[in-house]
Parts: sequence; structure tokens; C-alpha cells
Amino acid sequence: MNHWLIAPIVIPLLGGIVQTFMGYAPISLRRTLAIATTVLILVSSLILVSLANDGSYRIYAFGNWQPPFGIVLVLDRLAALMLVMTSVLALFAHLFSIGGADEGNRQFHTLFLFQLMGLNIAFLTGDLFNLFVAFEVLLIASYGLLMHGGGTVRTVPGLHYVVLNLVGSAIFLIAVGMIYSVTGTLNMADLAVKIPQVTGESRNLVEAGAMMLLVVFALKAALLPLCFWLPKAYAKATAPVSALFAVMTKVGVYAIIRIYVLMFGDDAGQLANLGMDWLFPLALITLAMGVIGALGADNLKTLIAWQVIISVGTLLAPVALGSEKGLSAAMFYLVSTTWTVAGLFLVAELVSSQRGSAGDRIITAPKMRHRTFLSVLFMMGAVAAAGLPPLSGFFGKVLILKSVESGPQMAWLWSVLLIGSFLSLIAYSRAGSIVFWRTVDGHLESPQPLKGTVSVSAGALIALTVVIVALAGPITEYTDATAAQLFDASAYTEILQTRMVGEDN
Amino acid sequence: MELIFALVIGALTASGVYLLLRARTFPVVMGLTLLSYGVNLFLFASGRLSTGQQPIIGSTEIYADPLPQALVLTAIVIGFAMTAFVVVLSLRNLADNEDDHVDGCPPEHPADRAQEEEEPGK
Repeated sequence: MNHWLIAPIVIPLLGGIVQTFMGYAPISLRRTLAIATTVLILVSSLILVSLANDGSYRIYAFGNWQPPFGIVLVLDRLAALMLVMTSVLALFAHLFSIGGADEGNRQFHTLFLFQLMGLNIAFLTGDLFNLFVAFEVLLIASYGLLMHGGGTVRTVPGLHYVVLNLVGSAIFLIAVGMIYSVTGTLNMADLAVKIPQVTGESRNLVEAGAMMLLVVFALKAALLPLCFWLPKAYAKATAPVSALFAVMTKVGVYAIIRIYVLMFGDDAGQLANLGMDWLFPLALITLAMGVIGALGADNLKTLIAWQVIISVGTLLAPVALGSEKGLSAAMFYLVSTTWTVAGLFLVAELVSSQRGSAGDRIITAPKMRHRTFLSVLFMMGAVAAAGLPPLSGFFGKVLILKSVESGPQMAWLWSVLLIGSFLSLIAYSRAGSIVFWRTVDGHLESPQPLKGTVSVSAGALIALTVVIVALAGPITEYTDATAAQLFDASAYTEILQTRMVGEDN
Repeated sequence: MELIFALVIGALTASGVYLLLRARTFPVVMGLTLLSYGVNLFLFASGRLSTGQQPIIGSTEIYADPLPQALVLTAIVIGFAMTAFVVVLSLRNLADNEDDHVDGCPPEHPADRAQEEEEPGK
């Protein structure tokens, strides 16, 4: 039992509740409290990552109920990595939002904090049904956030997003029911023990349930053919919300890594590596599809939304191959791409605010103010996203390319990833040169100069790509250790033997 | 009992999926509701069907599993909240676009478009 584990959930919960009742308080007070909460979440995540770094599993059992009977939170290196990645991103997105994006709705900060709570529960939970609840918490907050800022443009993408996710939840419940009816447990560690023992006809039930779970996670992760909702929804949302949503697809990726490596890994007998032969080609097609979308995008935000889909494809391809090196490379790329994409969403919003009626559309417009600052940020983001040296995207992609063993899969991955990177580079160069270099005569009706907080938070998120390069050594060590820990499923199942508080020997 | 139960779940799910694929928001919301009914019954059945049994292990030969009941309760509450939200969103869609089509406006029919193109030439 370690009580720190509950901190990343309780802090946003309390912060969110306080915000709920402060809807009519002065906005500066609400903002200060909201940012303070996000900073506290970051601090608690950093404490958890330092705890998790020793390679052992820590659990928090709600109500002191011994797993598998109670719900547990489990902290390992993967969960800690996701927590830190999310809270760093959330802090900058939240800072960006106090530059004005949080106006127009009294409950923006409440929703933002509840969204973080849902994300943190999803990363920490060790129970399949609790994962469902976490998904619902983060989804209902995201529905509100997606609609935030109003405007009729957000209604239709919002409706599609909500209906699709409700169907996803229904499928999740069916899958959970199927797995429970055979194994009689929903604790992940207990499932990892019980699933290899399932034989005969019941095995088909578990197999069907597991494949349905894959469909649900693929919907969250926006894997083809379940990705068409994403570009519209992300491109239309407010910038800090889009930036935070960069993590949302990664929750699907996280769930695939967590569930399939643990329960359907190499030890799972006849169910070993279930679904991974589907995942690999789908991931590559998703990657190709994302590149095509990026080439055809007519505004910056749509371009970046397709980049989200590209990164999902890039991430899931090595995960599907199921090697330890591939998983480690995927996690390195995961951190890098999430921060870069979020930074790009913020930069696109700043560009759009300086271009008057042209907005973020990829068309020529009069010269904008702060052109040098914005173009440098956009270029750094584009270089990192396309995977050119010397920024972090390059290292992530090189690690992924190096992780495949030679064979037909290597040929496929190398060709799709490299051609895809080249084409996305073209998409970024086209967008950047039209938006920043080709200007027409005339002047804009003096747009507001950039505020300090928005410039700093967008700049900082983009600058993180340099930080990742500087710290590439320690980060790869950590992701290597994470992958090794994930593949040792027997260590995870030992949490079932953890002694509860007050229990005699 | 099993047969009736299975048929009911199947009918609810099938009609839910059918309605979900309609182009107007009202049938879509109805479809979601029916689908969630079907799913809740299915989840309930994952603890096996029995009548008049105690939910305590060891007390009788066959016992009623209480866990799926707890899961269903959670799922019902969440489903209720989500349905309420999607109803409001559909109304908003109707108000914003003056049309309850799921895409905001129905796709133009090719024949209509051809007619429109002809009109200016008249």
C-alpha cells in the first residue's frame, strides 16, 4: 500500500470540485487556483516517477480490500511515464488557456481538471472495469471541452464524437461481460493468471471479448478504419483543448500496450499475441492514410490533426511486432510526438490569431506580426514531427526503425515509415512556405499582439523537443527498463500477494 | 429462461444498431438507448441466470453473482448521463443547423444539384 498513488486522482478531483462552486468568482482567482492544481498534479506525477524508477510495483487498494476482490491502483514505470507526459502537457495547455481561451464558459477549468482526473485514473488503474469508468470520466469531460467556446462549427463534429464514443462504451461493456463470464474476475493481474488456463469453448468467448476490446481501444487511438472522426473534431476544438486531446489517442495506445502485453503476451498459451497480426498492417495503413490526409489539408489545424493519426500509426506498428526493443522505441516516440503535436496545435492558434480573416487556412495573406517568432516555432515543430535531425522526432523514428528484425515486416515498416516521413515533410514545407513566406500587399487590421503566457506555453512545448534530445540518454534508459518490466508479466501478477494494511503475517 | 433472455438481448441490440445507422438524430438517440439496454442485460447475464439464490459463496450449491449486478448499476448510471448529454447535443444541433440530420444538413442529392446548375441558364 502506498498512499501517493491516489494523489494524481484526488488533486484534480478536489480542484475540480472547488472550481465547480466558484463559477461566479473573479476569473483571476479561478485561474490561479486552476493552475495551482495542475502544478500540484505535475509535482505528484514527478514523485510517482521517482518511486516507480526502482522497478518495483506499488499498489493502492481502495478500502484495503485485497486484490482481486477490491479495486486497485497499480504504479509501474509505464503508468508513471504516462502520468508525467500528461501532466507536463496539461500544465502548458492550461497556461495557454488562461490567455483567454477559458472565457465564455464558467466551467472550463472544472472540465479541464476532471479530464485530467479521468486520464490519471486510466493510467493508474489495475482493473478492467475501472478502466471503463476512467474512460467515461475522461470522455464526458472531453465532450464538454470539445464544445467549449461555442460556435455552430463545433456542434456536428461534437455530435459525431459523442455518438461514436457511446457506441465504443457499449462494445467495451460487452467485451468486459464476455471476459468476466469466463474468468470470473476483472482484476488485470488476476486475468493475466487466469486467461492462459482457459480452455475449450470458453476460450472462444475470451478471444471474442479480447478482439472487441481491441476495437474499442482502436477507436480511442483513432486507428484506421475508426479514425475519421478525429480530424474534424480536433481541428474545430479550442487550441488548448486540441493540445490536451493529443493525449487522448495515446490513452488508447496505452490500453493496448497494458492489456495485450500483460494478458495476451507470450505466456498466454493459445491466446498468445492475439490480434497483433491485425494490428501491424492496420497501423501501417493508418500511417499512410494520415500522410495522405496531411498532404490534402487546407488549414494548419487539420494538418496537425492528421499528424495525430500519423503518430498513432507509427506508435502501434512496433507495438504490434511485440519486441522489447520495439516497445521501448515506441514509448520514446510517444513522449516526443505527444508534446510536439500539442505544441503545434498551440502555434497554429497563435498564427491564426495574427492573420485576421485568413485564420489558419493555408493561403497567402498580408504579413503577420511576430512572424519570425511564430515561423521559428512552426519550423521546429514541423522538423520534430516529420522526424528530421536534430530534433526528438528523428531519434524516436530511428529507434523504431532499428528495433525491427530483418524480414518482410522490416521491409514494410521501413518503406511506409520513411516514405511517409518524406511526404509529411512536403506537407509541412508547403504549409509553412505559403503561410509564412508568401505574403500579399496590404495590412491586417492591427491584430492584438501576442500575450506573454500564450507565447511562453506554446514556445515551451515546442522547446521540449530539444530537451528530449538533451536527455535522450536517461529517457531511453527509462523506456528500456519500462519495456523489460512490461514483458515480465509474472512480476505484475505478484501484486495479488501484496499484504494489506493491518494484516498479520 | 436463457432462450428468452438471449432473444431479448439480440432484438434490443439489433434494433439499436439499425436505428443508430439512421441519418436523423432522433432515431440515433433511440438506437443508443436500446443498445445500452441490450448491453446492460448482457452484462447482467454474465453472472449466470438464476432465481431465488443467495449472493454468498458457499451458502448454497448455486449462488447469484453480485458483481455483475454492481457493474450493471454503474453502467446504467453512466448510460443515463450520456444519453441526457446526447439529447441536449442533438437539440443544439437542431437549433444551430435548423435540421436534425446528423451531418447538420442532408447531403445534396445529385439530381437536385443538376437541376440547380441548369436553372441559371434558363
